[in-house]
Amino acid sequence: MDSPANPSSSLLGAPPTRKGWRRFAVRLRSSSGAIGGGSLIVGYLSIIFLIPIAAVVAHGFSFSIHTEGWGAAFWHWHLTAGFSTFWTDVTQPAAISAIRLSLWLSLSVAAINAVMGVAIAWVLVRDSFHGKWFVEAFIDLPFALPTIVVGVVLLFLFGTQSPLHIDLFETWMGLMVALLFVTLPFSVRAVQPVLASLDGEAEAAAKSLGAGGFRTFVSVVLPSLWPAVLGGFGLAFARAIGEFGSISLIAGGIGRTTTASSYIYNLTQGFLWTNAAAVSTALLVLSLIILIASNVFARRFQHRLAP
Amino acid sequence: MSISLSRLTKRYGPNTVVDDVTVEIPEGSLTAILGPSGSGKSTLLKLIAGLEVPDEGRVIIEGDDVTDVDPRYRDIGFCFQHYAPFRHMNASKNIGFGLRVRKQPKDVIDVKVRELLELVKLEDKANSYPAQLSGGERQRMALARALAIEPRVLLLDEPFGALDAIVRTELRHFVKELHQQIKVTTILVTHDQDEAMEVADQLLIMHSGKIEQAGEPTELYERPATEFVHSFLGPTTLFKGVAVRPHDLELVSPSFGTIEGVVTSIMELGFEIQVTVTLRDGSAPWVQMSRNEFRAHGVSTGSPVSVRARVAQELRS
Amino acid sequence: MKHTSRKWSLRVIVIGYLALLVGLPVGYLFIKAFSHGLGAFWSEVTKPNAVAALKLSAEVALIAVPVNSVIGIGAALLLAKKKFFGSRALTLAFDIPVAVSPIIIGVALILAYSRIGWFGPWLSKNGITILFSPVGIVMATMAVSLPYVLRSVLPVLIEVGKDQEQAARTLGAGAFRTFWQITLPAIRWGVLYGVTLTIARTLGEFGAVLVVSGDITGKTQTLPIYIFAVWDQSYDTIGAFAGALVLASISIVALIILSSLRARERKLHVDLA
Repeated sequence: MDSPANPSSSLLGAPPTRKGWRRFAVRLRSSSGAIGGGSLIVGYLSIIFLIPIAAVVAHGFSFSIHTEGWGAAFWHWHLTAGFSTFWTDVTQPAAISAIRLSLWLSLSVAAINAVMGVAIAWVLVRDSFHGKWFVEAFIDLPFALPTIVVGVVLLFLFGTQSPLHIDLFETWMGLMVALLFVTLPFSVRAVQPVLASLDGEAEAAAKSLGAGGFRTFVSVVLPSLWPAVLGGFGLAFARAIGEFGSISLIAGGIGRTTTASSYIYNLTQGFLWTNAAAVSTALLVLSLIILIASNVFARRFQHRLAP
Repeated sequence: MSISLSRLTKRYGPNTVVDDVTVEIPEGSLTAILGPSGSGKSTLLKLIAGLEVPDEGRVIIEGDDVTDVDPRYRDIGFCFQHYAPFRHMNASKNIGFGLRVRKQPKDVIDVKVRELLELVKLEDKANSYPAQLSGGERQRMALARALAIEPRVLLLDEPFGALDAIVRTELRHFVKELHQQIKVTTILVTHDQDEAMEVADQLLIMHSGKIEQAGEPTELYERPATEFVHSFLGPTTLFKGVAVRPHDLELVSPSFGTIEGVVTSIMELGFEIQVTVTLRDGSAPWVQMSRNEFRAHGVSTGSPVSVRARVAQELRS
Repeated sequence: MKHTSRKWSLRVIVIGYLALLVGLPVGYLFIKAFSHGLGAFWSEVTKPNAVAALKLSAEVALIAVPVNSVIGIGAALLLAKKKFFGSRALTLAFDIPVAVSPIIIGVALILAYSRIGWFGPWLSKNGITILFSPVGIVMATMAVSLPYVLRSVLPVLIEVGKDQEQAARTLGAGAFRTFWQITLPAIRWGVLYGVTLTIARTLGEFGAVLVVSGDITGKTQTLPIYIFAVWDQSYDTIGAFAGALVLASISIVALIILSSLRARERKLHVDLA
């Protein structure tokens, strides 16, 4: 291989040779790889998750493949008796109170953390002080900690043997503390990046027009944050309504502090699978409704922001 | 031999982005594809590269029909507007990537990379990472990377678009000099007509997916085929229903071929003055003249004048 | 004047809230675990059942984390490249496990695959049991930790964009080389972040595993179940806290990794501009 003094001619002076190159190789059908991978992923999702959830809903309405055949009798029975079993299971007084408890607890906790989330995000984004990084890490702690750990700690910290003499055992307050703990990161992290992306120009404009701090916040900052706040609300709510590990211990025995998840768990311990399936389905539908609602509201606000 | 595009068409849903394009690009030339955003020029470049698949038509590079050939095997070099550097590799590794793919021995690669670094004047940045390089340096690295594989075509997709004005001009000259040294067929896509006029031997003007005109820059400027080409390559105004250059209009005393009118506005822009005149036929062209000429005429807003085209403009179609 | 006092009052409220809600419980965990001394802590942690539980948790993680990582990266590649029919449904499908109660996931798995479920009879004929077995635990863990890799890789992949890959293609690289040498290094922080989250979630899963395990006095105990069993059955405070601390420490290590990754990602963002 020659290396002449002039660098450029050694590279491209001579016409390039293409020996050994598959010049006419047909284009890789990239779509076949995608279809294969996609099917694998969908297959995995189905086995792990989609089929099981379908099984829950079906069992809730007493749809069991191994009862009768798939004939007209099958459909007739399920359309009449199936729905009525579902309804009975779901409207048991214990079931209703458990679902109601989960519902209002989750809504309140999501709301409280929505407010605190904005406040915390504000301090993290706009303020600076020593050890802020520590606070940042703190926010993620509830997300990373196993729920049973939270449950055990809260039971002892705020239970009957509480060193602080705060007894929240078998109280709604105890459940709330646990739920506030586990949903905190969702509320903060939903709002934080949006707040960070605001460049402060609109606020400066408002201030120059005479608006005070609070008014600026309400009229200028908050509208931009609404979609993120609502998104965080939805996530926090979804997490709270399904929460089990952290509240199961402090909730104590069956009674006024039995949430929907605990109720379903108790049903499984009693091998009442159809009941468990029915209440699970009800809970799923409820979560779905609220999730969709918060998404819809979030998107509506989003449209108002972006042209 | 050259690059030959035959009836190339590409659609995205209802939009035809490249519309039945047929053109020959001479070997060894530096061709600029010029057009406004959305004219389809980047897509056309990607069709030549094989990064997009045409719905109709053929792409032929030096006699080989490469329409169905993967970009890997087309022997092309491609440079992106945002450089597409491999961020986790330093400059040497970036440049040597194509050579490693071709399984060339390490010592051969080292020599070639060193030569290329010298060629693009980045010798002292051999171990720098893209994050440590300026925009201009990144683009030069990208050029070296593309040239390393000794491509038969070099394709540049708005390579200077992300750079600031001074660096843009420097790099423009750099590419032109590089092309004179290394006579590889180069196609440059840009929306900047100054850049295209300055750098290219051949110019293709694209508009809404079609090629409006192709040829040498001076010819396109002096003999534009359509009104679009006329207005895209330089200032335009309408006189007697025909598009003309404002500096080809003059204020004269009424005679054959002139139209009478009244001065409606005067704009001073440095050493040239733009005088807008509302004519008897209803049109309102503006005339461009030097300060001296303006002072010689001695007109002001409201003065009656007559306007004539200095050179007969002929427009095809 | 008013400005700074408002700033300070906000700071106090926020830090106070965090200190009480988060700091207090975590601090208490450490105090209580060592309240009977280091020796007692150590003997609890080295009890055979505890070690077995840790071992099982690790084994489950060893399966669930790689599988979910590969699936997550694959799905991210798919979703980032093309907008195909059903891509929205796919994204939604990945998001659901986060919103569904782990208890319901456990119930769902039982109703699908156990003896009383849809595929139960067929599965037991072929010798596979889900209920009361490690297989069920692995499946439950995979279901709950599914979305984290996808969620952290997808935005990074979208941001990196297609240019680098297209450049690699023009330089002659094939699909595999492009993925391995160009795409993966470009998204590596996103992958690391997602994998760390998945590990934390996998080790800590409780509700779904509880349902699928059935009888918790059996041999199939992961560490979270062990902690629960220790408290529920023997009211062994130190035992429970010792186990809890071990689990919490793993999570805290994961957290430290995540924080430094996030800080590094912020630094990277400045470069990308």
